[in-house]
Amino acid sequence: MAQNAITPYQYVVLGGSAGSLEVILNLVERLPEHLNAVIIIVIHRKNDKDSILQELIANRTRLSVREVEDKDPIQFNTIYLAPPDYHLLIENKELFSLDSSEKIHYSRPSIDVTFESVAEVFGKSVIGVLLSGANADGAAGLAQIKRSGGYTIAQNPATAEVAYMPQQAINLTEVNDIVNADELADVLKQLLIPHIS
Amino acid sequence: MIREEELDLLLNELYQRYGYDFTNYARASLKRRVNRLLTIDRFTSFAELFYRVKHDPDYLTHLVEELTVNVTEMFRDPALFKAIREQVLPVLATHPFIRIWHAGCSTGEEVYSMAILLEEANLLHKSLLYATDLNPSVIENIKKGLFPLSQMKQYSENYILSGGKKEFSSYYMTRYEWAKFDDRFKSKMIVATHNLVSDRSFNEFQLIFCRNVLIYFDKELQDKVLTLFDNSLERLGFIVLGSKENLRFSGIADSYAQMENKEKIWRKMR
Ligand SMILES: C[S@@+](CC[C@H](N)C(=O)[O-])C[C@H]1O[C@@H](n2cnc3c(N)ncnc32)[C@H](O)[C@@H]1O
Repeated sequence: MAQNAITPYQYVVLGGSAGSLEVILNLVERLPEHLNAVIIIVIHRKNDKDSILQELIANRTRLSVREVEDKDPIQFNTIYLAPPDYHLLIENKELFSLDSSEKIHYSRPSIDVTFESVAEVFGKSVIGVLLSGANADGAAGLAQIKRSGGYTIAQNPATAEVAYMPQQAINLTEVNDIVNADELADVLKQLLIPHIS
Repeated sequence: MIREEELDLLLNELYQRYGYDFTNYARASLKRRVNRLLTIDRFTSFAELFYRVKHDPDYLTHLVEELTVNVTEMFRDPALFKAIREQVLPVLATHPFIRIWHAGCSTGEEVYSMAILLEEANLLHKSLLYATDLNPSVIENIKKGLFPLSQMKQYSENYILSGGKKEFSSYYMTRYEWAKFDDRFKSKMIVATHNLVSDRSFNEFQLIFCRNVLIYFDKELQDKVLTLFDNSLERLGFIVLGSKENLRFSGIADSYAQMENKEKIWRKMR
């Protein structure tokens, strides 16, 4: 029955640092227009104020892409990007909020901050994905997503451009899946798109 | 993470006992601030923090300082300051006397940046910059004009990106690890505590800065504060917000037009 076919997951939050941009670009290209999910991306980047990242991603996907502004509504079938120099938080089930407080792991936006906030508000409906990077940011946040009942994925460190970040997550928590970059789109589609069993 | 009920308890106590009203602050950020406080002050539980708040009035200053976010820099968002140089200052120049309000100015980096801009446009002599913040301690710094020397390299880069043509170091003297900005800037500043939640409009301005303060408020409080600004701004005056803030969906939006350059500058049209 259609009702039973609804998937438990609706919020995908991806974090990455050095070496993650290519993975993300390849992923968004392969996501369908009606994904029935919200995609939130936190990438460490130099504090460039222009929105190159948004353009890069928008050029590769059919989903709409938005760099979050304060108190933006959270809408489905949209890719949201954490803006440079702000932490991205979930204010409540409907709204984002931003915060320019101290850097975490030398980073603002910090992946941990967003992962923890998403876990707190959306709990079991979250899929957390930690990608390539040379920083410990994101590992604690991914563990929090797991504890709150969400599904956790680390990029396979063996095939990641920089293994450190996903490896930290794997060391800290028993992730649900370890995935090669080129498999990520299919894994997410499997999890997100309802299939009758 | 502290629980919703605990946060409510704390906010209620702060309001009832000390008159500080944080109830309409954005919750997600505020919760993180309280958690951070538990860590940096080594409380083992929320109850312990709560007991301290109830019984130690001297702890209040520190508490309010840590609940609010005071991160700031000089010429933060250089492109914005460039737009102010090019599009706002020429309008202000036509006034015999210029009044500017920096609401939520933290330690004053933004106020000194503006004072430098005014001087370079030959307008400082007829300007007054009102610098206000909720925290008495952060604004003390404005009177001293001291900023960490370690930041000057970045501020100097920001200054150049904002269209500055001088040697940035000509504006300050080096004193050990501090940069002391010249007293001629301070002499044009009026520094006071002002709480945007509970205090009123106190003057009429041609330009109001309120950057990275509204993000800590919920929509209802944002609207209230924007109305306060509207009541404190001359017709054809300017409001400047933070780079990710917007007045598009607020109650005053209809009276304002955003400047054409995508920067967060609005002009009051009626
Ligand atoms: C992140 S700082 C912004 C500094 C500067 N405007 C900038 O953008 O760099 C935010 C400031 O808002 C102040 N603030 C918070 N709540 C306030 C209130 N209710 N009234 C006045 N100031 C407040 C805080 O004390 C803090 O100094």
